[in-house]
Amino acid sequence: MTQASSLKPQASPRIVITGIGWVTPLGHDIETVWQRMLNGDSAIDFTKQFDATTFPTTFSAEVKDYDHNAFVKHPQLHEHVGSNSAFALGAARQAWDSAGLDGFDALDRDRVGIYLGSGEGSLDFENYVATNLAGWDADKRGIDAVKWAQTAKEKLSVWREVEQEPNMPLHHLAVELGAQGPAYNCLTACAASTQAIGEALEILRRGDADVMVSGGAHTMIHPFGVTGFNRLTALSNRNDSPATASRPFNRSRDGFVLGEGAGMVILETLEHAQRRGAAPLAEVVAYGSSADAFRITDMHPESRGPIAAMRLALEDAGLKPADVDYISAHGTGTEENDKTETRAIKRVFGDDAPHTPVSSIKSMVGHLIAAAGAVELIACVLAIRDNVLPPTINYADPDPDCDLDYVPNASRPAEVNVCLSNSFGFGGQNDTLLVRRFQ
Amino acid sequence: MSRKVWITGLGTASAAGIGIEPLWDAACQGRSLLGRIEAFDPSGFPSQVGGEVRDFKVNKVVPKSYRKATKVMARDIELAVGAADAAVRSANLVTPGTDADAPRTYPGERTGCHIGAGLIAAELDELTGALVEAQTDGGSFDIHRWGREGMNHLTPLWLLKYLPNMLACHVTIIHDAQGPSNTITCAEASSGLSIGESMRVIQRDKADLCYCGGAESKLNPMTFYRQVLTGRLNTQDNDNPAGAVRPFDRTAAGMVIGEGGGIVTLEAAQTAQARGAEPYAELLGFGASHTVNRDGDCLKPDAQGTGIAKSIAAALRDAKLDADAIDAVVAFGTSNADYDAAETAALKTVFAGRLADVPVWSAKPYVGMCGAGAGGIDVALAAMMLKHQKLPATLNCDQPVDGLNCGSAPARDAALNHVLVYTPSLGGQNVALVLGKA
Repeated sequence: MTQASSLKPQASPRIVITGIGWVTPLGHDIETVWQRMLNGDSAIDFTKQFDATTFPTTFSAEVKDYDHNAFVKHPQLHEHVGSNSAFALGAARQAWDSAGLDGFDALDRDRVGIYLGSGEGSLDFENYVATNLAGWDADKRGIDAVKWAQTAKEKLSVWREVEQEPNMPLHHLAVELGAQGPAYNCLTACAASTQAIGEALEILRRGDADVMVSGGAHTMIHPFGVTGFNRLTALSNRNDSPATASRPFNRSRDGFVLGEGAGMVILETLEHAQRRGAAPLAEVVAYGSSADAFRITDMHPESRGPIAAMRLALEDAGLKPADVDYISAHGTGTEENDKTETRAIKRVFGDDAPHTPVSSIKSMVGHLIAAAGAVELIACVLAIRDNVLPPTINYADPDPDCDLDYVPNASRPAEVNVCLSNSFGFGGQNDTLLVRRFQ
Repeated sequence: MSRKVWITGLGTASAAGIGIEPLWDAACQGRSLLGRIEAFDPSGFPSQVGGEVRDFKVNKVVPKSYRKATKVMARDIELAVGAADAAVRSANLVTPGTDADAPRTYPGERTGCHIGAGLIAAELDELTGALVEAQTDGGSFDIHRWGREGMNHLTPLWLLKYLPNMLACHVTIIHDAQGPSNTITCAEASSGLSIGESMRVIQRDKADLCYCGGAESKLNPMTFYRQVLTGRLNTQDNDNPAGAVRPFDRTAAGMVIGEGGGIVTLEAAQTAQARGAEPYAELLGFGASHTVNRDGDCLKPDAQGTGIAKSIAAALRDAKLDADAIDAVVAFGTSNADYDAAETAALKTVFAGRLADVPVWSAKPYVGMCGAGAGGIDVALAAMMLKHQKLPATLNCDQPVDGLNCGSAPARDAALNHVLVYTPSLGGQNVALVLGKA
């Protein structure tokens, strides 16, 4: 196989991050959330958005006391938003404003694109269920579409339905920010926003835009979301102790914990950032994407997809494993992921694996599904800024199959120049990003 | 230097069935494939016409060893798997999906997959069959019963049937595509954006072969009704399926929903040549944009078609071509008057004085509007036009709107060097692709 890095055009421009923003279960602004992560706070508690008391999993990491109207400049454009769009708007406005883009009069909005990894919106649960039940023909054990349609006319409403489309957060950001450049939403399950940022990087490298707003927004904390993951037995059932339920890399881990929210970054060509005097927070130096092409239900037993994604990213950056100071793990806390990811890291990092710190902030904020990767990449940017590593909390009982340095329980000062961030999706799509201190 | 990209295989799932040939034949014969919806009884819905894929059994297009997995395929996934199989075969590629034992044309690591998808709806019979187990004695839904027992009536893998990335994931597994893989979900623009992304992946040498396009079925009461709510559908021609879709005609009365999609194989021309592959067309340009219209909501397109025109301009720039070089347009052309007008305005911007000379053609009178799969069908047909140097018949446009070359016509030979395909989406994403004669 050809070395991809040798074929990268000489003139490939450097791409930097100039703005960050997030809406997470630990809060809605960069500094508060980051401080809480460094303190090792858990955002996980019993689910309040719906009555989950009899579900196999009764807890989650919910965004609390959030109103997107506190962030947007054009509230009239967002009167009907669903949760995903609302989260996306708050995070993107923080990122956009922190990048100072409104202050740049020469901004060419045809050259501002958006690449999101946002999820499906929440169903209009009560009305949807009522419509289905009204349409049920007990004799045929099937839906009578005529009866179903009659009830649908009474119960279902256009915006509750349209807002479920996964491209709606993208729509809201474009009209809010006036971004008329290339616009995409991808939905590769839990890898989506890492993939979005990687693809945004490639769009900028190619010169198809000057600025890309990128990240993801998602909630699956709704009855059918929890149902789906509970049926897959993917969620932790530790109902007697929600705050300690998300325990990546522990022997006693029993699944992930659903979180929700959004993370957004402003990516920009260095040339454009310098032209407007913006200070880069970090440089995005590589992206690797692969598919397991193995099974819908299981990761490849030799971790071939995650290994390929990490290797492709290292090649893309021209970096060696020894150059990496910190790995932000996918680290979901499922039996399979943590074992498979650990194996992949050991295969890629070899002798460097034991002394490369790895942690999972999912231990604190849960798994934001499509939005997880963007939030985790922002944590990497902050780790570089502050020379500190966020911990894996709830780390108590080591698993012999997971024997790396997981930054247990307490944040750790460290020289952090290069971070690698992994995301792996259900179905086998894997993505890795590398960010480096800007110099 | 970017690498040259060829379209070497075409696979469609549409009301014409699986494969490009029956669809191309119908389009050349001027035979609409629309009919009254049979997937469910549509009589309670204001729009009752659709473009359905009939007599398709996904089991026939997956290897025996993979048949068990078809149990977790929503209709959208089945259509993508069928279209991908047709594309792989039309490109004469050997994959584990065509022959488990023969040597493969490309290594899995050099094969990518970008398949666009819609918002997949749960099968209502299956879901409601579980919901009724959580009713109170009075017949209302009890979420406590649902949590305790009702949900257990769903198959454990229920969620995996409906994740949009599963179209790509099943295709990557069947045909061993271990390279870059993505799932674009931008409604109708999904296919075009996916094809553009595959093109870029090959150009930057991260893969030599990509399966790309999209597929969707909105012929499920829930997804169909969501379209009804948008107000875009034709509600006047329920007794006239073949004449229901009249793109750019003064009597255009709304969209008709179809199911299906198109998946094409893109290859680096260099590696395709080395294996002796025959291209259908070359993929020359790709552009994308977002419509920003703060005066209206996203249910209607921007009347000026500004965003559509920007995506076309970007695709032409990418192809290093002037609009003058375009010989034909495969339009979104849904027969929804608002979209038709926005597209007409965009084409006026792009072609200016040449507008009346450029034939504008739409597949929608044949197969309906296939959501995330629409653009894949359009690209496959544009490639056929270039390959055969022929414009298929234009249907149902006896009173064309001013200025457009879009009137009813039989199929005719045409000298085609460059064909433009574009797709706007509900939500505001726009994509355009320029194909060239290979």
